[in-house]
Amino acid sequence: MIKAILIFNNHGKPRLSKFYQRYSEDTQQQIIRETFHLVSKRDENVCNFLEGGLLIGGSDNKLIYRHYATLYFVFCVDSSESELGILDLIQVFVETLDKCFENVCELDLIFHVDKVHNILAEMVMGGMVLETNMNEIVTQIDAQNKLEKSEAGLAGAPARAVSAVKNMNLPEIPRNINIGDISIKVPNLPTFK
Amino acid sequence: MALKMVKGSIDRMFDKNLQDLVRGIRNHKEDEAKYISQCIDEIKQELKQDNIAVKANAVCKLTYLQMLGYDISWAAFNIIEVMSASKFTFKRIGYLAASQCFHEGTDVIMLTTNQIRKDLSSPNQYDTGVALTGLSCFVTPDLARDLANDIMTLMSHTKPYIRKKAVLIMYKVFLKYPESLRPAFPRLKEKLEDPDPGVQSAAVNVICELARRNPKNYLSLAPLFFKLMTSSTNNWVLIKIIKLFGALTPLEPRLGKKLIEPLTNLIHSTSAMSLLYECVNTVIAVLISLSSGMPNHSASIQLCVQKLRILIEDSDQNLKYLGLLAMSKILKTHPKSVQSHKDLILQCLDDKDESIRLRALDLLYGMVSKKNLMEIVKKLMIHVDKAEGTTYRDELLTKIIDICSQSNYQYITNFEWYISILVELTRLEGTRHGHLIAAQMLDVAIRVKAIRKFAVSQMAMLLDNAHLLASNTQRNGICEVLYAAAWICGEFSEHLEEANQTLEAMLRPKVTTLPGHIQAVYVQNMVKLYASILQQKEQAGDKEAAQEITQLMIERLPQFVQSADLEVQERASCILQLIKYIQKLQAKEVPVAEEVIALFAGELNPVAPKAQKKVPVPEGLDLDAWINEPPSDSESEDEKPKTIFHEEEQRHSRHRQPEIDEEELARRREARKQEQANNPFYIKSSPSPQKRYQDTPGVEHIPVVQIDLSVPLKVPGMPMSDQYVKLEEERRHKQKLEKDKKKKKQKKEKRGKHHRHNSLHTESEEDIAPAHHVDIITEEMPENALPSDEDDKDPNDPYKALDIDLDKPLADSEKLPVQRHRNVETLKSPDSEAALVEKKSKKPKKKEKKHKEKERDKGKKKEKEKKVVEEEEEEEEKKGEDLDFWLSTAPAPAPAPQAQSEPALGAAVVAEPQEVKKEEREERDDEEEEDEGKQKSSKHKKKKHKKEKEEKSKDKKKSKKKSHHSEEEPPESVQNGTLEDEPLPPMSSYRLLAENPFIKMTYDIQGNLQNDSQVTVSVIFENKSTSFLKSMELNVLDSLNTKMLRPEGSSVHDGIPVPFQLPPGISNEAQFVFTLQSIIMAQKLKGTLSFIVKNDEGSTHEKLDFKLHFSCASYLITTPCYSDAFAKLLESGDLHMSSIKVDGISISFQHLLAKICFHHHFSVVERVDSCASMYSRSIQGHHVCLLVKKGENSVSIDGKCNDSTLLSNLLDEMKETLSKC
Repeated sequence: MIKAILIFNNHGKPRLSKFYQRYSEDTQQQIIRETFHLVSKRDENVCNFLEGGLLIGGSDNKLIYRHYATLYFVFCVDSSESELGILDLIQVFVETLDKCFENVCELDLIFHVDKVHNILAEMVMGGMVLETNMNEIVTQIDAQNKLEKSEAGLAGAPARAVSAVKNMNLPEIPRNINIGDISIKVPNLPTFK
Repeated sequence: MALKMVKGSIDRMFDKNLQDLVRGIRNHKEDEAKYISQCIDEIKQELKQDNIAVKANAVCKLTYLQMLGYDISWAAFNIIEVMSASKFTFKRIGYLAASQCFHEGTDVIMLTTNQIRKDLSSPNQYDTGVALTGLSCFVTPDLARDLANDIMTLMSHTKPYIRKKAVLIMYKVFLKYPESLRPAFPRLKEKLEDPDPGVQSAAVNVICELARRNPKNYLSLAPLFFKLMTSSTNNWVLIKIIKLFGALTPLEPRLGKKLIEPLTNLIHSTSAMSLLYECVNTVIAVLISLSSGMPNHSASIQLCVQKLRILIEDSDQNLKYLGLLAMSKILKTHPKSVQSHKDLILQCLDDKDESIRLRALDLLYGMVSKKNLMEIVKKLMIHVDKAEGTTYRDELLTKIIDICSQSNYQYITNFEWYISILVELTRLEGTRHGHLIAAQMLDVAIRVKAIRKFAVSQMAMLLDNAHLLASNTQRNGICEVLYAAAWICGEFSEHLEEANQTLEAMLRPKVTTLPGHIQAVYVQNMVKLYASILQQKEQAGDKEAAQEITQLMIERLPQFVQSADLEVQERASCILQLIKYIQKLQAKEVPVAEEVIALFAGELNPVAPKAQKKVPVPEGLDLDAWINEPPSDSESEDEKPKTIFHEEEQRHSRHRQPEIDEEELARRREARKQEQANNPFYIKSSPSPQKRYQDTPGVEHIPVVQIDLSVPLKVPGMPMSDQYVKLEEERRHKQKLEKDKKKKKQKKEKRGKHHRHNSLHTESEEDIAPAHHVDIITEEMPENALPSDEDDKDPNDPYKALDIDLDKPLADSEKLPVQRHRNVETLKSPDSEAALVEKKSKKPKKKEKKHKEKERDKGKKKEKEKKVVEEEEEEEEKKGEDLDFWLSTAPAPAPAPQAQSEPALGAAVVAEPQEVKKEEREERDDEEEEDEGKQKSSKHKKKKHKKEKEEKSKDKKKSKKKSHHSEEEPPESVQNGTLEDEPLPPMSSYRLLAENPFIKMTYDIQGNLQNDSQVTVSVIFENKSTSFLKSMELNVLDSLNTKMLRPEGSSVHDGIPVPFQLPPGISNEAQFVFTLQSIIMAQKLKGTLSFIVKNDEGSTHEKLDFKLHFSCASYLITTPCYSDAFAKLLESGDLHMSSIKVDGISISFQHLLAKICFHHHFSVVERVDSCASMYSRSIQGHHVCLLVKKGENSVSIDGKCNDSTLLSNLLDEMKETLSKC
């Protein structure tokens, strides 16, 4: 089981938090802080596994994380998950985000956390891995987007126009978190593609 | 209309959307909290608007704020509103918010049941999908119970997208509602062979998760999984299955044997590291489960270790980490094969990655032996010096201590060396683990008698150099060792050579800067020291010196008397007074030493941490019996504290250990004694500790194994542990020589000094005798301690409930609750709900039941249980046979390609769903007959015969049961209306409201528990036509007493739109709330439903009039009542009475009660023969009590109620119902 999925940036600001176990909001924030603290002080080229923190921990749990440019993707899992498998899942997740946002960067996650949630929901459900095939995930996401667009229809147009205007003066932050050439080596699982 | 929508969206496009909110927060970095609270106010405004789009936008923003740590549970109701939006866009937002913030404590969650059910059956697969995803995050026991059946239906949905989600969510449903596991399991098993790989993977996932917690119930699935393993190419699935096998093998070693071959093949063939790793892991598990005597498995171990070595040597840190992790598992059973890779592991200690170093440390723990302990610890000490971060250094420190102290200091041959190591460790600055070192020092000094002299000298040195350790006491945890040092010096002061000097060191003013608890130990132990010095001096006749030392104490102690620490102050002032008294005596030249020393006479022995717990309960003492009679239940006025009390009691009894019968106990005790006898470190049957204290004031009587000393104890100066390494080597060399000599000698005479416990340790290594003979005093246990170690199990384990036998065929009663167009559950009080669950589950977890009733039930329950157990045993046998068959007959899969097909064949036979098992078995028998000729056939026939018999006897049992119920009706109390196993006719509380060719309406009225003047009317609209029905609007003519609740701002003449449209043939349910003032009379309201019928020819306006009948029963809410409370109520005399009699009743009494319960919302309080008392409560708090008696074909009902009108109306309604029977 996956206990929690967290995304935060290099400064510990949460970009997405998904807990598959009930914690109060305060505890959730503590967990995010603690996890950030544990993960952020590790060097770039050390292993991606960590014994869990105190809050979400317990001896059975593990933190498995990857660091992409400005973002940390952390999965907290128990012993029923394969460590290397989850590492791969994170990679699939990021690649899917990259595909859905077209060159994903931190800004996309900041402003569209709901979409990230929707993508995640197609991969992991209630703490269990639902789908690992990226094409399948993207197909479902696309179909849902289409449905959404058709529902918005005529009524959605003005709102879209306004949001386009609003988006014009977004702060310029370098896009692209470089999914293509991540330095982390991925153990190959051939059937995952 | 489109124009209106556009207008609406233009209005709201200047509202903040999520992006604006995020942007705003980023622009208000300095006053973020203030800005957010502003935004929340805006959101609250938006939530009040009717426009669903605005609401959804607000909820979307709330979800973001939730991530930032804001509690958004106050918006739970709005979230539900958004969830029920018809548009997918909004629905998804609603479900996302719900999944982020709903939990079991969310009270409005029960309102979602119908909405979720509707979404689950939506024609749009994404509506269903989003509902499943959301539900997976916030499913509660109630939701699980109500929706289990709907979800199970979805498991066979045509779309794999829905199927896989439905399969996955079943795990959550099982967790929350364990009763659903057995009915749903066959279908889940089918899904293991679903054509869609995603669904298959989901099913494997769920079963693996289930099996991990309760593996023994899933053993019978092994053949099926074996087949999957050899056929699947999906690595995710393979990994899960292989992990599952890892959990199963410990239960069935034969399974392990079968697995080894295909697993090793996989190890050789796969290129995926993750798969390889899991295979290795499972092979290790298999090897652990197999007895190590298997000769041909050494190859497998070698293969594993070899592969792991490759992983560890890989440059990828992740693989290195996992390699070490797996290695540590092998270590436990096959330490030898790991020890040969010591070089590699020591190398990992130098790795720059801390996690890897920690893993390597773990491995070292298991790799030490008497031979290499010193060497390894020396290496670790070097690392301690080098370590930069305090966390890693602390970790090293604890590991060193762990390694050395493991299994009762088994590997330590030289305790002087160990003490030196500990003393060296005290030089670490800023470590948190001072107390660990201190504990070790104390432990060793107390338990190893021979080392005391040396330890005391070292501790004295520490005390002397205390200023080094205590430099900055605030941050420095290392000063804890002074605690140990002071105590050891005091307690074993007879070994001190320079006691005076040590005493002075303890009396230094600097000491007062130490933490209070350490000072307290100082004060106490300086008296011990003082006492022993006094004795020395007096024996030597040196009175002056004795007086001097007293004077010193009197001079220095006052600094402790002034301490801010209460403990220190108290002890110091007490002791100061004592010593002043001694001084007086000394002045009179009275010898006092003996008396002072008597203060501290007696030996302290370590007591096992569990000792207290293990004191056996003396015979004849029943801890559960009341000392005084408990206050009678019926006396107390309110119910609440009572239920709490009972719950607690329940919990207690669960904690109690299962009783072990005498024989077993005796056997275990014997085993323990045996074990102790074989363990050199155990003291053999010693007298009870108390006795020892009384009889033997000295230490000499503690029985210990005496050994000799061969190395001089005293090492001058501060100890350097390295010296010992050298010494040790020399010593070993000498020993070896001696041994050689002895061997020659032994031929002549069989006597040697060194014949202590050599034989007791299965010496894999060269036997190394310890440097000194060590008496390790074991921890004391009370006499007759119960030798059980199972006391650590957590009784609240949520997975325990899922420990359900899945191979038993489904009983008729085991069905998922199906929705019968009635949502009583959601509206009932939580109490009654609990009762309902209990009844359904038929499990003996009757928390809220009365004590008395429990007693009464007990006998009956036991009988039942017996039966169940018997049946279970039968089943178990069968299961065992199946598995045995598979494990024994399927050919051992030799080469890889064959392995895929052949065992699969064997597996396919057994792996079919359980319901068809019997036929299957016969088929298989036939197969076997063909295969193996006729030699076995007779045997099989016998088997079959036996089975038939079994079935017959079962049938008999069943029929017996039935007759038992219908004829005799035993006098027993019954909890609620529907009871026992007798099937009840289907009942629906939905009555027809109105009908025309287009539409049919049925309705049901439920009281609202939260509001005493509201009822909810649920109306089911069924489209009977072939056209599309839309724009439905329901309106009623309000009466003075009863009014429909309309949205704010609308007039009394406005109708309420029905929130959905109806495609042909579809039915759906809408709820309307009505307020009323008086509930004592039935009401009728006229109303109209207007709707548009749309078909190919165009659309027409239609109307349907109806009369809504509010019966008095609809104001009642089923409320359970205990018999004593019921009796009180009747006695109170506040109730009016009335009665009716109905003739010509033919249905059974039980059906009759069920009818009253169902249609009139009553619950049975007690039932004796054909007489029952029933209770219900109105939404306005009227109590209604009934006494129902059945005559030959008549029924008389006596009723009592606060309000006579209500009662007579109710009885009239009941009469009507009964007369229809």
